[in-house]
Amino acid sequence: MTGTAGVIRVTLPAHLRTLARVDGEVELQVGGPVTQGAVLDALEARYPMLRGTIRDQRTGKRRAFIRFFACEQDLSHEQPDVPLPAAVAAGAEPYLIVGAMAGG
Amino acid sequence: MSGVRILVGTRKGAFVLSSDGKREKWDVSGPHFPGWEIYHLKGSPADQDRLYASQSNGWFGQLIQRSDNGGATWEPVGNDFSYQGEAGTHLWYDGTPHPWEFARVWHLEPSLADPDTVYAGVEDAGLFRSTDGGRHWQELPGLRGHESGPSWQPGAGGMCLHTIILDPSSPGRMFAAISAAGAFRSDDAGESWRPVNRGLRSEGIPDPGAEVGHCVHRLAMHPSRPSVLYMQKHWDVMRSDDAGESWREISGDLPTDFGFPIDVHAHEPETVYVVPITSDSHHFPPEGRLRVYRSRTGGDEWEPLTTGLPQEHCYVNVLRDAMAVDSLDACGIYFGTTGGQVYASPDAGDSWAPIVRDLPAVLSVEAQTLP
Repeated sequence: MTGTAGVIRVTLPAHLRTLARVDGEVELQVGGPVTQGAVLDALEARYPMLRGTIRDQRTGKRRAFIRFFACEQDLSHEQPDVPLPAAVAAGAEPYLIVGAMAGG
Repeated sequence: MSGVRILVGTRKGAFVLSSDGKREKWDVSGPHFPGWEIYHLKGSPADQDRLYASQSNGWFGQLIQRSDNGGATWEPVGNDFSYQGEAGTHLWYDGTPHPWEFARVWHLEPSLADPDTVYAGVEDAGLFRSTDGGRHWQELPGLRGHESGPSWQPGAGGMCLHTIILDPSSPGRMFAAISAAGAFRSDDAGESWRPVNRGLRSEGIPDPGAEVGHCVHRLAMHPSRPSVLYMQKHWDVMRSDDAGESWREISGDLPTDFGFPIDVHAHEPETVYVVPITSDSHHFPPEGRLRVYRSRTGGDEWEPLTTGLPQEHCYVNVLRDAMAVDSLDACGIYFGTTGGQVYASPDAGDSWAPIVRDLPAVLSVEAQTLP
């Protein structure tokens, strides 16, 4: 079961919340099929300072130490046009953008 | 009353240190961008309140921050550093071709005249320019596209363009330095470039006198005499009296001629400062004694400056972009260490005192002289 347009809840890593000047979750209106690409497009349109911090600005490739989780699944290796789970599309579950645990 | 503002980039944020002209009491602001590597920040010579900062980390990549009020507040601007055309390859550490990949901005050099124009030196080595206050960046591809480009190799710290010097007497002339390719000069505002490394000798490369391949750590120029350049190479302190056409060694009586930063007194073009470091395998001062060396003769003859600097058990390093001078009278000298100290000398190096002792490792230090 996959989702359609709605209010999407997105959780950002702390550094990106600081950069975007937001507290807690971000709520985004996504038109059309709710895919990872559509969510990231909406996120970057609303917070242009995040361009390049999650995925490459030209190729759209996910940065190596970024992960995408939702509904206790790792969606990091999904294609950007694959629909997200219905619970994310319905706003029941957040879409998690995570900085991988690494470094000091 | 005149004053100074010291801009400090560290492994975990930026700090702004401010003082009046006496340079005795300091206000410390920061960390700005806590947790991020701040390779460099620098103010516009044309507008003291316009600052640019290079902010990056391994997770989220590169950002450029701009302040229009002397560092009180910041705004992220453009961060798309895409090489122009086919990126091509350079040589990797093992001698095989390796694609040019943007990693980070090492150095930001604002225009001498226009606050909205700023140059960025990046890893893998390339030169970018913005003419709209950092919102958009375009590569000046003539440097990376030099015929020697495919033969450039990284130094241990990466293949970085770390030094950009703008000639105040000749608007089209600029210098850049790359580890480990060497020094380059443009006479047409960055459109075309040529290596200016004649006279350098580097024993660590197959042809010690090669046109490119030298690990230049830093260049310095006095604005009143732009044809004279000073260089701290991996090993050797060098001088050119003809805008880089030829170089001669001026290491003279230094205890070691390995090091990273080099800078020139604001009012005395023949007074030069270096921080000798034991070797490329011992990145700390000889004998655990932190000494700045000053030459008042344009090189060859050097004196140690030790008053106020630790003279035992000191094993920090001073990185290439971590020394600066102000233009007050007397000239102030500043440097930061990998141990997190920022030292200031308000008397041209005769005596030193720490402004701060416990910052994260210092990557860069710049000084602004305020009216």
